[in-house]
Amino acid sequence: MLYFARWKIILISAVCLVGVLFALPNILPQSVRSGLPTFVPHKTVNLGLDLQGGAHLLLQLNVEELYTERLKNLLVDLRDPLLRPVDGGARINSRRALSPDGEAVIVTLRTEEDMSRAITAIRGLAQPVGGAFGAPGFARDLSVNRIDEKRIRVTVTEEAKEASRRAAIAQSISVFERRLNEFGTTEPTITSQGDSRVLIQFPGITNVEDLKRLLGTAAKLTFHLVNPDIAIPPALSGLSAEEVGDQFPVPTTTEWVPSRSEFEDFVPILSKVEISGENLRDARGGLDPRTNEPAVFLSLDTKGARQFGRITAENVNRRFAIILDGEALTAPVINEPIPSGNAVISGNFTLQSANDLSILLRSGSLPTSMQIIEERTVGPGMGADSIAAGQTAAIIGLIAVIIFIAIYYGLFGLFANVALLINLTLILGALSVLQATLTLPGIAGIVLTVGMAVDANVLIFERIREEVRTGKSPLNAVEAGYSRALGTILDANITTFIAAFILFMLGSGPVKGFAVTLAIGIMTSVFTAFTLTRFFVVLWLRRARPAALPI
Amino acid sequence: MLTSLQFFKTEPKIPFLRFRTIAAGASAIAFVASVLAFTVLGLNFGIDFRGGTLIEIRTEEPADLAQIRQTVGGLGLGDVQVQEFGQPTDVLIIVERQRVSGGTEEENEAAQQAVVDSVKGALNAALSAVEYRRVEVVGGRVSDELRVKGTIAVTVAVALMLIYIWLRFEWQFSVGAVLALVHDVVLTIGIFAVLRIEFNLSIIAALLTIVGYSMNDTVVIYDRIREKLRKYKKMPLEELINFALNKTLARTLMTSVTTLLALFSLFFLGGEVIRGFTFAMIWGVLIGTYSSLFIAAPFLLMTGVKRDWSAAQASTVQTGA
Repeated sequence: MLYFARWKIILISAVCLVGVLFALPNILPQSVRSGLPTFVPHKTVNLGLDLQGGAHLLLQLNVEELYTERLKNLLVDLRDPLLRPVDGGARINSRRALSPDGEAVIVTLRTEEDMSRAITAIRGLAQPVGGAFGAPGFARDLSVNRIDEKRIRVTVTEEAKEASRRAAIAQSISVFERRLNEFGTTEPTITSQGDSRVLIQFPGITNVEDLKRLLGTAAKLTFHLVNPDIAIPPALSGLSAEEVGDQFPVPTTTEWVPSRSEFEDFVPILSKVEISGENLRDARGGLDPRTNEPAVFLSLDTKGARQFGRITAENVNRRFAIILDGEALTAPVINEPIPSGNAVISGNFTLQSANDLSILLRSGSLPTSMQIIEERTVGPGMGADSIAAGQTAAIIGLIAVIIFIAIYYGLFGLFANVALLINLTLILGALSVLQATLTLPGIAGIVLTVGMAVDANVLIFERIREEVRTGKSPLNAVEAGYSRALGTILDANITTFIAAFILFMLGSGPVKGFAVTLAIGIMTSVFTAFTLTRFFVVLWLRRARPAALPI
Repeated sequence: MLTSLQFFKTEPKIPFLRFRTIAAGASAIAFVASVLAFTVLGLNFGIDFRGGTLIEIRTEEPADLAQIRQTVGGLGLGDVQVQEFGQPTDVLIIVERQRVSGGTEEENEAAQQAVVDSVKGALNAALSAVEYRRVEVVGGRVSDELRVKGTIAVTVAVALMLIYIWLRFEWQFSVGAVLALVHDVVLTIGIFAVLRIEFNLSIIAALLTIVGYSMNDTVVIYDRIREKLRKYKKMPLEELINFALNKTLARTLMTSVTTLLALFSLFFLGGEVIRGFTFAMIWGVLIGTYSSLFIAAPFLLMTGVKRDWSAAQASTVQTGA
């Protein structure tokens, strides 16, 4: 126990040195740090949002909307094969066919004989999940079941739901990244949480309202023709799209959408998407030179421009609606064919909102709207106050403990205190290297570690005192003290480590930060208390060869 | 040469076990009172567990709480709490979780989100120069989950401790240690119910740390008891446990004192935000130390433990303790 092999000494010194090296950037000013060569550690501790200020937003994907979307697409697809008598002659009504919970499409057939043909036709529409190859054994995205002689129930399978959730989360994250790229100066962290949530952590941000507006919008842009055969009744304001649909029935190919225009409240658009947002190449906000009003200028890619040219050529004098998130922004009459692929959206914008919309359109659309279900914002003033308070508390607490230990254990206390300071350096170094986040509870965790780190030394020193009382020589007492305390130290720290581990698993944000510092603190404190102080004590014993221990 | 101090010049001989009946009685009463307080009064759940909106503002002049209460209360957002937070210019506003009558989950969450805007609008109109220091909005979905997760975390932690001690010691030790743990957790929850201190996510963190600390304390004592059991095969159990408690007493006190020194520094200087957390920790350290001495150790006397360790010596893990 009292002999230290050379490699052990080197190892111990190396650990301490590396710790100091990694902790060092934290006390250097930014100007010095940025001048350091790249091989020198230059990372500092990552401050949590509660310390540096910023926003933490948890967004929930609207999964129901996602599944319903698939069923709505299905309705469009079903129309063709089923309406033709040769394939089954099923009669379906797109408004009624979707079950009230949005979970299923109910297909009603005219005659019972068509059942098997209809089922085959619908099954043919199902797509493989998780790959385009449709290898045997692949799950399909639709499950088709017979309810009775005339009705078939079509639902989205669990596999398809899971796959679409996963795809939607991935898509949302990349869309958010693009949207936030143009927002603020700091770098946000965007991660998925569970299977239907996205967590956005944005340090240093103050205009949270703008941020939230930017995040919550789906920005799904589509171009549709307006059904010219439907008369638009005046004054529908206050009604929902469903109520309008009930009062003014339209064919299954058509749906009512609310309009932003001042001339009409609802527009009957054809459900078929003529051009989708994917064909958008660029969007800019600005003033429309013709009207001098704020507008958004779109330019379509080659494919979109071609389609746009064809549609405008075929539908002169008809109306064309630009739909954003289920609302018609504008539905102008096509005066002449537009081959260029450039379009202007006007629709009661301000310059700011035209600009915001152009950012949203440029970054692509979210698969569904996202709802913020948790928000934690800390202002910069608060963060600075928390750091100051945390620092003061940590320093005062540390000084109090150091003085107490020094008085209580004398020379050995000094050893313990040096070990304690190195311990703190190691924690700081580990936090910097791991890029773990230091939160206010995290600072509390460090302070707590200070209190508890001493525990290992206390166990050892008390043990040595006991051994001294039994009349052992200094060397033997130290030897026995260290070896006998080890088991207890490990037992005691493993239990705390278990607690820290569970905290880490459970926690989010600040609490996780606390768990990390606590866990790191436990590991470093066992090292410093057991190995380091023993090293000091042994060095001292060899030099001084005391007749009695000053403990 | 540096000198040192000691709590006890000679080894203390405190007959801890003589107080075991009084301690058991006192703890039982406190336990029942805590359970009662929890069921009757309930916990003052923070928005983490209850859902709702928390807004911390700072005003230039000392804040007029009545005016703020009136301003925010007049928005029709349900129950609104307005309180001073640390200093006269700082105010904490808590608005209860929004429930739209007959609304879907989405509508409730949306209403929840709208609260911040309407409160900010009203405050900006009523007061001059408001600094929004902190805004937290926790929707119903998240708060329900956090409540479940928090309960699971504490339960799993206690269960894992039970298993760990079981592996390292005998079942009597394991049960005794967990009894002390449950005692500490319940009494902490009890004091939070009685004092109406906000119970939020960080208090769960504190509870888990208390679990770790209390366990730590108990394990050190148990280790020593086991060591004595191996050494003194004939000594009466009561005397033996007392002996072990006194042997470890200096360490028990020492560690409590250093931890408390650090915690008190945090409590007084660490800011208002973590005050509840540090309060829980301080309480936990005090209770944890007490329960190790007066609950966990005497429990072994009640159940009895295996006395002859010579046979088992080879099979148990040698701890060196």
